[in-house]
Amino acid sequence: MSGRSRSAQHGTDMPQVVSANRLSDGIVVFRAPGGKWIERLDEAATFADKAALDAAVADAQRDVAANVVVDIFPFEVTIAGANLTAVTLRDRIRTRGPTVHLDHGKQALPG
Amino acid sequence: MYRYDEFDAAFVKDRVSQFRDQVQRRLTGELNEEQFRIHRLMNGVYLQLHAYMLRVAVPYGTLSSKQVRKLAHIARRYDKGFGHFTTRQNIQFNWPALKDVPDILDELASVEMHAIQTSGNCIRNVTADHFAGAAADEIDDPRPYAEILRQWSSIHPEFTFLPRKFKIAVTGAAHDRAAIQVHDIGLQIVRNDKGQKGFAVYVGGGLGRTPMVGRKIRYFLPVEDLHAYCEAVVRVYNLEGRRDNKYKARIKILVHEKGTEPLRVAVEEEFAARNDGRLRLPQTEVDRIHAYFAPPAVEPRAATSDAVEERKSRDAKFAAFVDTNVAKHRVPGFGIVTISLKPIGGIPGDATAEQMEAVAALAEKYGHDEIRVSHEQNLVLPYVALDDLPAVYDALAAQGLATANAGQVSDIIACPGLDYCSLATARSIPVAQRISERFGEGERANKIGDLKIKISGCINACGHHHVGNIGILGLERKGVETYQITLGGTADETCAIGDITGPGFSYEAVVDAVETVVDTYLGLRKDAGEDFLTTYRRVGMAPFKAALYEKNTGADI
Repeated sequence: MSGRSRSAQHGTDMPQVVSANRLSDGIVVFRAPGGKWIERLDEAATFADKAALDAAVADAQRDVAANVVVDIFPFEVTIAGANLTAVTLRDRIRTRGPTVHLDHGKQALPG
Repeated sequence: MYRYDEFDAAFVKDRVSQFRDQVQRRLTGELNEEQFRIHRLMNGVYLQLHAYMLRVAVPYGTLSSKQVRKLAHIARRYDKGFGHFTTRQNIQFNWPALKDVPDILDELASVEMHAIQTSGNCIRNVTADHFAGAAADEIDDPRPYAEILRQWSSIHPEFTFLPRKFKIAVTGAAHDRAAIQVHDIGLQIVRNDKGQKGFAVYVGGGLGRTPMVGRKIRYFLPVEDLHAYCEAVVRVYNLEGRRDNKYKARIKILVHEKGTEPLRVAVEEEFAARNDGRLRLPQTEVDRIHAYFAPPAVEPRAATSDAVEERKSRDAKFAAFVDTNVAKHRVPGFGIVTISLKPIGGIPGDATAEQMEAVAALAEKYGHDEIRVSHEQNLVLPYVALDDLPAVYDALAAQGLATANAGQVSDIIACPGLDYCSLATARSIPVAQRISERFGEGERANKIGDLKIKISGCINACGHHHVGNIGILGLERKGVETYQITLGGTADETCAIGDITGPGFSYEAVVDAVETVVDTYLGLRKDAGEDFLTTYRRVGMAPFKAALYEKNTGADI
């Protein structure tokens, strides 16, 4: 797991999402149900317990070995209906884009 | 400007080919991330919060129009149409794809640029006074010496894996615009009592979590000993600097733990032991490099320009721009124009591709094809005839680049902070934007006068907050951004680390706190000519502290 992971170490019962950076362009991606890497947080798989998260992270590491992604990074989210929101400000910025450039990053994705 | 010779061109081209191969091997999996990381860092590629970031070196902050056009092209083709000028005179692109980086480096090499040693534990881009060669107060142009050091330090086999990064800055004037005393080595060109040129040498300055002002260990170093002495400093550091703890690995910690005098003695002994002439800098070589930096052939003109005076008489904004952003030139009839990359409410240091192209065109037409990047994250046209200022101003204004705020409260240094940086603990840019909007451009800012605000989004201090007259450090406390304020810092020849006011302020409250500090200063200064730093040094922290923390309890200052 990445040394950059901080939010996952809080030890709370919050659901978590597994993220990484795509190797070829560095863009932040999230692990969807089934193991595909996607750019939209709302479509990410969430893991409510540690065993499930650990299994997902272990699975994701195979994509690190396969040179698809780097820096596996689980973080906490809150779930409201179909919307997922990262808990910490750092993770919110990481999942949305710079707060000073709302036209850049995932927050600028169409639809 | 320096031009690559055949060796330089081949060296940079080889490095691009080498890195292209390394990227290819990474993408195919032949190299894993751990193996690749050192290679990408040595070529300026970081993995940041949202994507990769490429840091391109701008040696001693000097660019030609052609180079700036190329940066604009890279911004447009490989990024999101903008670049970010940094506090070490470099430019960063925030969104390049790794697979494109070799092509970007090829494009850079075509205009004699690169990203070598913009990261990693090596000697980084050598910086210099951004007014070099043009300043009225200069003994000599510092850039030839910075270039000589660049050549010496590029892939120096002994200094490629230092305990930590190593930064060198050079100034040619007594008034330090290059912040040399917060560098690992700071060099100031001086004359000795025989009138000979040489360097005063400072060692062990730095910011980060343990800020220190550099110690002067040589009052006069002859020019011919520049290589040998710098090599002695870096060798002592390489041998004795700590490698057990990255937070204690900079030379400033060695100076602190060993003591300035023992360190000085160790450097002098190393210098004497190996100073066998091998590294003596021949005057012919100094002259050869100097020739590249020969100033443009301009004839002195009348000290004042009728065109400027006429325009000033009917255009207050132009008059403010000339007063604030045009500095005294060594040649009568010319001015040094600071192009502020700090529009009110804008992102400090950002420039769009269109803005870069406009600046390139202006430099070509009015500025002898030369552009500088300042460590204060602005651009500079160092050779503009005063008669051309109206035309230059109009062209800048058309691009949103004519903000008349150089050196003022809204000319804020800010690191990328939590909006981009994976190390940051709080946002910097939006705090800068809000302060800029609060004070604006014009009457209030003019009344406040020179005031340097510097903001960092974490303890690593890329925003130089320790040496801000008002410094702001963004931290995280229990998941919330909090901002510590320091007062009285400065990076000039009277270099000082700012004092912490006390408990931090929330993201919402920090701009009010800065305003309280500024208003307190305005109430305390002797007259409009006493700048913030002078007032602070005269009155101390107490009245500011009272205003910040006791104003609701009846404190009356």
